[in-house]
Amino acid sequence: MPDKMHVKLTVNGQDAEFLAEPRELLIYALRERLNLTGPHVGCETSHCGACTVIVNGKSVKSCTMFVGQANGTEVTTIEGLGSPDALHVLQETFREHHGLQCGFCTPGMITRAHKLLEENPNPTEEEVRFGMAGNLCRCTGYQNIVKSILAAAAQMNASKEAAE
Amino acid sequence: MKDEVDNREERVANLKGMGCARKRVEDVRFTQGKGNYVDDIKLPGMLHGDFVRSPYAHARVKSINIDAAMALDGVVAVLTAKDLEPLSLHWMPTLAGDKQMVLADGKVLFQGQEVAFVVARDRYVAADAVELVEVDYEELPVLIDPFEAIKSDTVLREDLEDGADGAHGPRRHHNHIFLWEEGDKAATEEVIDSAEVVAEEMVYYHRTHPCPLETCGAVASMDKVNGKLTLYGTFQAPHVVRTVASLLSGIEEHNIRVVSPDIGGGFGNKVGVYPGYVCSIVASIVTGQPVKWVEDRMENLMATAFARDYWMKGKISATKGGKITGLHCHVTADHGAFDACADPTKYPAGFFHICTGSYDIPVAYVGVDGVYTNKAPGGVAYRCSFRVTEAAYFIERMIEVLAMELNMDAAELRRINFIRKDQFPYQSALGWEYDSGDYHTAWDKALSSVGYDDLRREQAERVEAFKRGETRKLMGVGLSFFTEIVGAGPVKNCDILGMGMFDSCEIRIHPTGSAIARLGTISQGQGHATTFAQILATETGIPADSITIEEGDTDTAPYGLGTYGSRSTPVAGAATALAGRKIRAKAQMIAAYLLEVHDDDVEFDVDRFVLKGAPERFKTMKEIAYAAYNQAIPGIEPGLEAVSYYDPPNMTYPFGAYVCVMDVDVDTGTTDIRQFYALDDCGTRINPMVIEGQVHGGLTEALAIAMGQEIAYDDLGNCKTGTLMDFFIPTAWETPNYVTDHTETPSPHHPIGAKGVGESPNVGGVPAFSNAVHDAFRAFGLRQAHMPHDHWRIWKIANDLGLHD
Repeated sequence: MPDKMHVKLTVNGQDAEFLAEPRELLIYALRERLNLTGPHVGCETSHCGACTVIVNGKSVKSCTMFVGQANGTEVTTIEGLGSPDALHVLQETFREHHGLQCGFCTPGMITRAHKLLEENPNPTEEEVRFGMAGNLCRCTGYQNIVKSILAAAAQMNASKEAAE
Repeated sequence: MKDEVDNREERVANLKGMGCARKRVEDVRFTQGKGNYVDDIKLPGMLHGDFVRSPYAHARVKSINIDAAMALDGVVAVLTAKDLEPLSLHWMPTLAGDKQMVLADGKVLFQGQEVAFVVARDRYVAADAVELVEVDYEELPVLIDPFEAIKSDTVLREDLEDGADGAHGPRRHHNHIFLWEEGDKAATEEVIDSAEVVAEEMVYYHRTHPCPLETCGAVASMDKVNGKLTLYGTFQAPHVVRTVASLLSGIEEHNIRVVSPDIGGGFGNKVGVYPGYVCSIVASIVTGQPVKWVEDRMENLMATAFARDYWMKGKISATKGGKITGLHCHVTADHGAFDACADPTKYPAGFFHICTGSYDIPVAYVGVDGVYTNKAPGGVAYRCSFRVTEAAYFIERMIEVLAMELNMDAAELRRINFIRKDQFPYQSALGWEYDSGDYHTAWDKALSSVGYDDLRREQAERVEAFKRGETRKLMGVGLSFFTEIVGAGPVKNCDILGMGMFDSCEIRIHPTGSAIARLGTISQGQGHATTFAQILATETGIPADSITIEEGDTDTAPYGLGTYGSRSTPVAGAATALAGRKIRAKAQMIAAYLLEVHDDDVEFDVDRFVLKGAPERFKTMKEIAYAAYNQAIPGIEPGLEAVSYYDPPNMTYPFGAYVCVMDVDVDTGTTDIRQFYALDDCGTRINPMVIEGQVHGGLTEALAIAMGQEIAYDDLGNCKTGTLMDFFIPTAWETPNYVTDHTETPSPHHPIGAKGVGESPNVGGVPAFSNAVHDAFRAFGLRQAHMPHDHWRIWKIANDLGLHD
């Protein structure tokens, strides 16, 4: 068995430290060590995106990143995007526009959409569809997911304008 | 306790009852990552199980050596069939009356079959130990083609006595499972033999897989102190799982608690009982610790229940004018290594005999031969009622082929053969009583909405332009009109493992006028917590926001047969409405007492009982609930609770009209879906937003199935589609926008007239997509091309038709 390594992460703004085999996947460290069960395991081959988190500012599929690779990084999961008292705009628009059904893909979807809107605050429908193509959903047919993301973009832009 | 809201309109809105697009209550936790799926469950001391699986599709297991695996630090146990045999758990009964190996007993019959179960400290150690189990196999001849299997000397199921009947009657060959027949064979053959026009075609509906985003899994926890087993898992039918677990394990049913937590999509995949569930239970009993088993994606695609795999040989006859006179169908059904189809006991081919579709066909016959092959077992209804999507695809292809034979427009051919509105309730030639429908209205609405005549003109111009060499893209107009049969089902003819397919609802009103209701079903994304509360709101006058819906815990929920086959609304939805009405009946007596009038002098109005003719005198449901618990009322028991078990008198028959307009690139085989119009009639609509979401999702699964998704094997029985790299699931990029529409023809026998909708879009969608591909090539003589219509296969169609010359 390989030696364990000392892993340090910042997850949702909080420091985490543990010993782990370097082969341990980031998704399992998040889910099983840190009890952040928002991101899910859907395929373990980076196709479905249910495990999507943000690592050092980039969307990452945490089912195919070793915890050794993630050592020293800053990680954001769905649990770090909003709180029950202050939902993220996307958490609100997904509900408003019925952008989810079974909920299994939803944390990854929202986490990815959050990053997409940071990279492109004013996307077209086509850009949303392309930018979300790494996240699979079996329930919704995407139509309402796309609607939810476009609605969130509009809301975020409107509140930005209001603030300016 | 006076109700503050007096305006009737406001009171109705406040209720959020049936018909409104109520936002889902489930979403708050799901959007925050606070769902609770089986892999989120973590119990103290929990161990992890993992399977050693067969690399071969057919082989004798000569020996299994677990020594190296057991020597690995952290490994607690390795179970093989030998360990399960003393408990009689090395085989288990299937839902189809067959039996299935839990762990390989002497041989393996499909690639990915469970051979040994490793139990270890964590999932990594378990996976390491799986690699250390040494299994010595001797390869045997592999049978992948059902037509070959039914003739082959190779015996797949050596456990079955040669010549003995199976669960569904005589078996005529050692690889034959059953022949199931319905209709009048002789009369049908006579009509077809003497018909003016006959179209004949082999229609193959390929093997695919429901592939929910969450794979299957379980956590078993045997509490030896109290003798109680708790089993969490991905169960679409938790109550049935409890009964089966009790029968198999010998643990009394009251000592077993089965819990379906949040389920990440089911689509039929989570109806069956899998070896992983049994092994988790045994491992927990053996080790005394909780054991979790969650399969990975490859295991899910290779070993848990597949769908379809029906070879449907059809003959349809008509007059020269296009009136259909008869339908004959013989199916060769590839069931894989064990017959584990999830169908009501009486129907080994499910409701395939709905295959006369939406048409008034005077005489018909269906025969289905089930066959064993070296493929994974299953045969579940992937987002459809039992074998209904196969039936719908079959008839909608046969109609198109007949239209070619008659040189007739396929929309017109449908129109002249639809069952007329005045014919309902309609007795079909294959034994169903269609409860209600208005097909002509739906069809006319659909065709005018898409501008059908203009589409046909454009298509004809395109063909001419193609012939002149001005374009390489053809255009297809895919038509589909389907009739579903859902809501299984009447106990008199529908049961699973002997348990009648009723369903249930239990409602308890709290003193302050809020409520909890529990049902025998379990949501996997359908939004039951939202929609069932809407039914109760309308029926009881308690606002939906004040009603908690709970499902999936067998210790608290009333017994029910679960959620699949679009049965929740037709069956449990009916139970819910009737339980609500029982509450209302008692509330009426209480209201009358409080108003000091006779029971008949008060009537229900939205959220209260009012004195007839004097609506200013009333008692709200809130006041009534309080009184039910706090006031001694002569002749009335305290409390306000009701339970209803509903045995449906008939199935429900949702229907719909779909049109898909597609451009097909002849040189690359790529397609562009320009327009997709879906009209659904699911009877009374409970929540239009949820219905629309169901339709979008079902259509996208239909898109996947028709256009690329399959479970494919090579000649050696290797599964070629074991990851999402090979198994097609459309992304947002490939999925079109859909236009949804509806008509509303309530079911006459359902308490609220609802019919169910979740599966309609898959049933109707697959023929719409496939017909669009076929229709694009109709001008060049294409009659039948098997799905999935991936780019290569479409290119091949064009090539075979000489369009690349």
